[in-house]
Amino acid sequence: MASNSLSFGEGRGEAETSSKNIKMQTQQEKQEFNITVYTENQIGLLNRIAIIFTRRKINIDSLNTSPSEIESIHRFNIVITESEDVVRKLCRQIEKQVEVLKVYYHTNQDVIWQEMALYKVSTDVIAEKVSVERLLRENGARAVVIRKDYTVFETTGHREETDNLITILQPYGLIEFVRSARVAIIKDSDGFNSKLREFERLEPGENVIENEYLNKGDKVFTM
Amino acid sequence: METQTIGTQEVNEIASEAPKSFVEVSGSVALLEALIVEGVDTIFGYPGGAIMPIYDALYDYHEKLTHILVRHEQGGIHAGQGYARTSGKVGVVFATSGPGATNLVTGLADAQIDSTPLVCITGQVFAHLLGTDAFQETDVINITTPVTKWNYQVTDANEIPEVIAKAFYIAKTGRPGPVLIDITKNAQIQKFNYKGYTPCNHIRSYRPKPIVRPQYIQQAADLINQAKKPFIIWGQGVILGSAEAEFKAFVEKSGIPAAWTILGAGAIPTDHPLNVGMLGMHGNYGPNVLTNECDVLIAIGMRFDDRVTGRLDKYARQAKVIHLDIDPAEIDKNVKTTVPVWGDCKETLPLLTQLVEKKVLTEWHNLFKDYTQKEIDAVIHKELNPETGEMTMGEVVKILNDITDGEAVIVTDVGQHQMVACRYAKLNKTRSNITSGGLGTMGFALPAAIGAKYGTPDREVIAIIGDGGFQMTCQELGTIMQNNVDVKIIILNNRFLGMVRQWQELFNERRYSFVDIESPDFVALAAAYRIPGKRVDEREELATSLKHMLATKGPYLLEVMVTKENNVFPMVPQGCSVSEIRLK
Repeated sequence: MASNSLSFGEGRGEAETSSKNIKMQTQQEKQEFNITVYTENQIGLLNRIAIIFTRRKINIDSLNTSPSEIESIHRFNIVITESEDVVRKLCRQIEKQVEVLKVYYHTNQDVIWQEMALYKVSTDVIAEKVSVERLLRENGARAVVIRKDYTVFETTGHREETDNLITILQPYGLIEFVRSARVAIIKDSDGFNSKLREFERLEPGENVIENEYLNKGDKVFTM
Repeated sequence: METQTIGTQEVNEIASEAPKSFVEVSGSVALLEALIVEGVDTIFGYPGGAIMPIYDALYDYHEKLTHILVRHEQGGIHAGQGYARTSGKVGVVFATSGPGATNLVTGLADAQIDSTPLVCITGQVFAHLLGTDAFQETDVINITTPVTKWNYQVTDANEIPEVIAKAFYIAKTGRPGPVLIDITKNAQIQKFNYKGYTPCNHIRSYRPKPIVRPQYIQQAADLINQAKKPFIIWGQGVILGSAEAEFKAFVEKSGIPAAWTILGAGAIPTDHPLNVGMLGMHGNYGPNVLTNECDVLIAIGMRFDDRVTGRLDKYARQAKVIHLDIDPAEIDKNVKTTVPVWGDCKETLPLLTQLVEKKVLTEWHNLFKDYTQKEIDAVIHKELNPETGEMTMGEVVKILNDITDGEAVIVTDVGQHQMVACRYAKLNKTRSNITSGGLGTMGFALPAAIGAKYGTPDREVIAIIGDGGFQMTCQELGTIMQNNVDVKIIILNNRFLGMVRQWQELFNERRYSFVDIESPDFVALAAAYRIPGKRVDEREELATSLKHMLATKGPYLLEVMVTKENNVFPMVPQGCSVSEIRLK
């Protein structure tokens, strides 16, 4: 379900139909959700967002924050395992924060996501015992640094894929491993970039366009 | 000193007559100029090392800005809350760094949960000392993040005009709330090119007023027009949105019975024929029971607090719910909504009023009347009119009603006296019921009453406080003394922490664990602060004593000895449905 923007009226009115009942049930089931947050670049905002989770004793599985394609606007990618009901409420609380521009949530089916991992191994061991070229090819990895004393490989993928390379390298004296947080692209995000740019141009005092797109369905990016 | 040559007048002249020319001022002066443009007349505060430059600047502004020296920063912020709640303006509080700032936390949490607009200014150590464990340094921004709508640390004076403008805009717009601005000492001292002050009216990431969506208004009106047993429940949103007139018009045109949450009290007068009473744990019988019988529940500016809903999975399951709220995060938060009406109720209510039809709901109204009669017979009559035995809290409130005729501002603390006062106080006007609703902060009332008086100097302000809560902030008697603040204080003394005792009696087999509280001689304590007072032990003296209190100019403390082990009823026990409300 492409349940991205925070729509309203999903309450009891429709709950009487049986299909809605099924939907209500799925709303109670826990699964991974990808929360995308666009914010101003402000000191303290990370804490303000983090405490919305910690206050409810919800663990953040993965958190990535970095500048978006627009200067001064940042994008958070947060992954948690919760029911949709809880996620929707959390997202509304996040969107309520003064410096938050917009919040979306998506299931894993609704996004393309990747994590990057780095692996440091002893160059001697790996050169002696492994066909490095084949290892890299089979795991979609590449060598980032090759020195006399150590080599650093990099791979990008889902958790299973980055985990898999750990298992492979472990017998050959894996020295250090690190994995990034998840970044996710939303499958159904037509017009995000142009909307963001339009938003950037808004002059102070001008009313922010809000809700006029709401009736046009989920596909429209509103801010 | 140079700072003194740039006095108030000069800055104003330059700021108002030639806004484009620059003048060198300190960050502190820029702050005070900002407050004046924002219409601030009263500040509640307490000086200290890290806020001294601001207080030094304030020395030259005493004619334009009244500063009330409180006795504790918690008293200061509760006074700011009282001021904001009666005046409808933003309350302003000053405190120093470290302990001064941490003492604000309870008040911030209270203001956050009760949506009270505040701007708190705290001093902070020099920017170069941040993170060094300097004297009176504390991480105020992180401590206060969960209990503020917005907070910000200023380390450069150039930021001050813009940040203060944002602070006021955020505090008072949308769903109001507390804002804290932490200003390092160097920024307070620093001179910068002051270009005048422009209030803020837009922040691109912040949408205080959602655009109203007509199709939801129409859906809501259709539901209301089809309803046989519609029921309005309203909260403080009506008052915060200054939508009392719009609300009254809606209620009167639709003819639907309406009940209030504790913070909504007074938005329409207590004795309005369509006002059927109070909701919640100690609310009225009919409104609680009939919540579970109505077919359309129209919630206006309220947030379905657990003290209002009781057990959620048995709350109004039969009803279609229309929820009008300015805060989208409230929609579906606790109670699933059939029709959400997201918006400022000052804008949405008139649209809804246009579309609703006048209803004749005689049978439905009669049901409320039946329940009211049952409650009068079982509870109210004996609470308000005891002829024998010790005095009750209810009879004090009843006599007070007779004397003030509902014109006074009633400020209450937290506990049994609060529930009794809110249940029985007659309120003719809006912004007359000042209490700590969401947080339940004991010690709120005395300082809040001080602020309430400054917020509405022409009205009588009466604080009703328990013997426990009074002792939490009674140091503010000093503030009352020094400024001769005309507040009347009634202590309802039952020699117990009564609400906890009531729960222990009902649910813990009368195991009265640490609720037996001794008190000082409150009248003597007031006298030590040169505040006149009297203790009432006998029913015969009660009415004359209350009249004497209200006839006295200036502050007065009246201690009334009430019966020790009275319980507040009706009551929805915790974990029970609103329809399981007990009359005894």
